[in-house]
Amino acid sequence: MTAVLETPPAPSPSEALLADLAGVSGRRKLKNLVMTILMGASLVVILIVIVLVLVTVIGKGWSIVASSFPDWFTTDIPLSPRRPGPGMKAAIIGTIVTTVTATAIAVPLGIAGAVYLNEYGKQNVFARILRFFTSVMAGVPSIVMGLFIYVFWVVPRGTDGLNGFSGALALACLMLPIIVRSTEEMLKLVPQNLRDASYALGATSSRTTLTVVIPKASPGIISGALLAIARAAGETAPLIFTIGAAKASNWNPFSGTNTSLSLQIYANAKESFANANERAWGSALTLITLAVLFTIAARILSARISRGSAS
Amino acid sequence: MTQDLDSRPVVGTSAHPGTALPRPQSQSAGDTPTRESGMVFDVTDLAVHYGAFTAVREVDLKIRPNEITSFIGPSGCGKSTVLRCFNRMNDTISGARVEGDLRYRGVDLYAPSVSATQVRKHIGMVFQKPNPFPKSIYDNVAYGPRLAGMSSRSDLDAIVEQSLRGAALWEEVENRLKSSAMGLSGGQQQRLCIARALAVQPDVILMDEPCSALDPIATARIEDLMQEIKTKYTIIIVTHSMQQAARISDRTAFFTTEVSSEGDRRAGVLVEYDRTDRMFANPADDRTEAYVTGRFG
Repeated sequence: MTAVLETPPAPSPSEALLADLAGVSGRRKLKNLVMTILMGASLVVILIVIVLVLVTVIGKGWSIVASSFPDWFTTDIPLSPRRPGPGMKAAIIGTIVTTVTATAIAVPLGIAGAVYLNEYGKQNVFARILRFFTSVMAGVPSIVMGLFIYVFWVVPRGTDGLNGFSGALALACLMLPIIVRSTEEMLKLVPQNLRDASYALGATSSRTTLTVVIPKASPGIISGALLAIARAAGETAPLIFTIGAAKASNWNPFSGTNTSLSLQIYANAKESFANANERAWGSALTLITLAVLFTIAARILSARISRGSAS
Repeated sequence: MTQDLDSRPVVGTSAHPGTALPRPQSQSAGDTPTRESGMVFDVTDLAVHYGAFTAVREVDLKIRPNEITSFIGPSGCGKSTVLRCFNRMNDTISGARVEGDLRYRGVDLYAPSVSATQVRKHIGMVFQKPNPFPKSIYDNVAYGPRLAGMSSRSDLDAIVEQSLRGAALWEEVENRLKSSAMGLSGGQQQRLCIARALAVQPDVILMDEPCSALDPIATARIEDLMQEIKTKYTIIIVTHSMQQAARISDRTAFFTTEVSSEGDRRAGVLVEYDRTDRMFANPADDRTEAYVTGRFG
């Protein structure tokens, strides 16, 4: 037999194969179309809600914030709700003071707790109990946290107990479970082989946690903490019983009553005077703006940190 | 725990080199160091259990200094488990239990007074998947020395350069020591991990399938590197590649799984341990022969 290779003639396509390889059926095309429309529609619904909220808040709040520009940020709240005009400095300061104090309490505690759960406790009985109660705590309504701090912290101190720190304690109770859970999830994502690498060089587990595990997880830990902070900054209920109802600015969290933007929205919206209602809208706009600024700053910080450590 | 070890039957005794064997005639050079005539590791009747499961049992081994010893065998035969006993990495796995006698230069590694973290400073490890820290190249290599308390910039610079040169990586990275180690190729990352292990100035380096994630060219570089550094270190390598074991190692230990006598659970056992040339040319055990000729595994 000669070694000449004959090219076989190109087979003519069989009908059955053609039909089998032919694209999607009409039924699948229809399904695809319906699902695409449904998903697009849900996005539109969400966008409509967000846009409506923003348009309403900006529309109703803008005039009082912008009317006599820096006054909104530099004057205290009018003593009588009937009086017109700006002034929300006390609430802006109060929101900052309580949120920062709550963060200082909850973030270190929450991260330490998550490190214990994931790196040391793992599946032991104590860790399981802690994990269970953290989940329970995450589901407790925020007003219950406020009542808890009121009963166990504010009441024993009388009227002196109504201050920024008491409010911060209530907010910290709210933040703690969020931080513990998100941090633990992030620590779980750190690959075991990085821990092994550190152990194999003679590192102790504490050293490994501090120099390898936490830095690797830090972008995620930070975004979890920021979520908790953003949540706390907008909370009203835990503060109602705990920080009093000041109208004057107070930078000191440990003494004197305080207030917050969220409380001022609540208090002013309840009033029957149009001037007060306008201040409520102004406070809402201020709170949203603060949250947006904070989120942008957080994103930048988080991106900078992850660029420094990973990839 | 080990009081009756002499009375236990030992698998693979027929070919076990033991102490009675004459000094190995190292194929590459006749200058096998004599600074310490003793073995680096002396393992007697080692068994490792994970909970109720016995991963490997009845392991007797003597590891000689400045040699490359390879562990081969099918998956699940316990070769990596045994390797991880040498630097007590099994301690990090909950439920792991090590029985038997494992002596490192005469010291019982599992004695209560011995600290696992100190052991790991003498006995370094390179893992299957390159696992550099998400830090700079410099910080990766400096991690071990910093653990040991070294903080002087010039000392660290010197040891980083020396270790990277030792791992044949210096020329490729000297201009980007501050950039992230994650930007290196897989082969470079693995050499960085070797450099990181060398920076601790260990006595022994354990390698757990260090080339299985690498292409043939990167593998060849790592193998050349192992030949260079074995004059200073004792190396134990677990490998799935028999060719690799034959190419690089002075001695080879073959593990396999075997149904244990007291139950129906399979456990790893050491079948044969001998000079690599003999293991591949004229193995004493039929199972070894079947494995190295490719009839099994």
